[in-house]
Amino acid sequence: MKSRLTLLLSGLIWVASAQFAVTQTDDLRLPRSVEAGVAFSIQTTGSGNAILYIVGPGQVLRRDVQLGGAISFAPGDLHNAGHYLVTVAGASAIENGAFDVTAAHQPTTLSFIAKPSRLPVDSRDGISGVAFVFDAFQNLVLQPLQVSFQLSGVAGTPQERTVLTHNGVAWTKMDSASKEGAAQFEARAGSIADTRVIQQVPGDPCSLRMSARPSGQRLALETEPVRDCRGNAVPDGTIVTFTETYSGGEATVDVPLKRGVARTEMPAYNGATISVATGVVLGNEIHWGKE
Amino acid sequence: MNRTASQKRTIWKLFTIVCTVFATIFVWGSDQPGVRVEPADSVGPRALEKQTETAVIRDYLQAWRSLSGALEQNREDLLSADFVGTAKEKLANTVREQAKLGMQTRYRDGAHDIQIVFYSPEGLSIQLVDTVEYDVQILDHEKIQATQHVRARYVAVLTPTEVQWKVRVFQAEPE
Repeated sequence: MKSRLTLLLSGLIWVASAQFAVTQTDDLRLPRSVEAGVAFSIQTTGSGNAILYIVGPGQVLRRDVQLGGAISFAPGDLHNAGHYLVTVAGASAIENGAFDVTAAHQPTTLSFIAKPSRLPVDSRDGISGVAFVFDAFQNLVLQPLQVSFQLSGVAGTPQERTVLTHNGVAWTKMDSASKEGAAQFEARAGSIADTRVIQQVPGDPCSLRMSARPSGQRLALETEPVRDCRGNAVPDGTIVTFTETYSGGEATVDVPLKRGVARTEMPAYNGATISVATGVVLGNEIHWGKE
Repeated sequence: MNRTASQKRTIWKLFTIVCTVFATIFVWGSDQPGVRVEPADSVGPRALEKQTETAVIRDYLQAWRSLSGALEQNREDLLSADFVGTAKEKLANTVREQAKLGMQTRYRDGAHDIQIVFYSPEGLSIQLVDTVEYDVQILDHEKIQATQHVRARYVAVLTPTEVQWKVRVFQAEPE
């Protein structure tokens, strides 16, 4: 409702302005649309000198021109995509028009965002890639284009997807591999490509098992190599917690994994129960001696 | 009472002047454009929360106000609050070019029809299309040269910053 009223009043301004100003016409012969950075011309009518304005949020041009001929624009004069208004202000008349500048058809730049940069192995749809396609003048290429995404890792066949851009953007999701290591995530549109590195790290430990042996008055505790469910070694530094409960007391030791295993010593209480855990994974229990 | 033709012309001129003044005040003085937001049924890989949608629309409309102020006053500093990256650079270039040529442009957005079309999976960009109606006045050395009414389809990409969404891509395309 308000926009209609605004339109009506805009029209009223237009009519009223015409009472006092020079005549405004639409006699300009303009291209319907122009590719960014490409040469073009505007045909004018009438005679005499005038000033030509080409106005848009992305660019503005002002030129002194001679009416009655074609006004030429060199390649690169108008390079920002958008909607442009044209006004030719002569001594006796003002001519108005508008045209569009579209992005160049050839993509030149990809803005590729891949997330996350580090994730556990075996994550379904865990990696996302978004690619915005731009031309040489940093205009978003809005016409549909094919973008190929490829994720290639240390093992297995690469994952590939081809997606059509919509409003200049294409996106996909990929699974992380079953083996740890760096993966190359590439987005390609035509001859341009951009690559990101995704670190695939072992997942949570799958199972945890320890053994105990006497070591003087103490117990020597040691886990088996800690691995995730795909057999990848859990990184060194991962904390393993040993807990010993005995009559009237409890002792806890946190030990980081070193070369895949955790080792510690605890007092050898007769009848003690020793358990081991890391993260949310609980390992086996050992009952030492007799109650 | 019979009026002469000269009196009638004077009355008509006065009437048009009054209409012009009131209409100008209404159109160029109104701050709030009409806004219609299309339902964002499917915006791609990430669900769009209502709060996010509201914030994005609010910040996008604020960006139009910043654009209008910057291009009218030839002050590129007004762009920093709502634009970033390519959009900011291009608009700042326009402001500088206008200042060099002695020009100003007045943008008054009258109506927006906005639809959010893409929300990236990691939440780092949001894209909307806006069929917007606006008026543009071209001023050359403070003299109004032309006023045009425009209807255009804009594509904007916004990215989150510390406290708000900022426009990173701002581009009109043929309807």
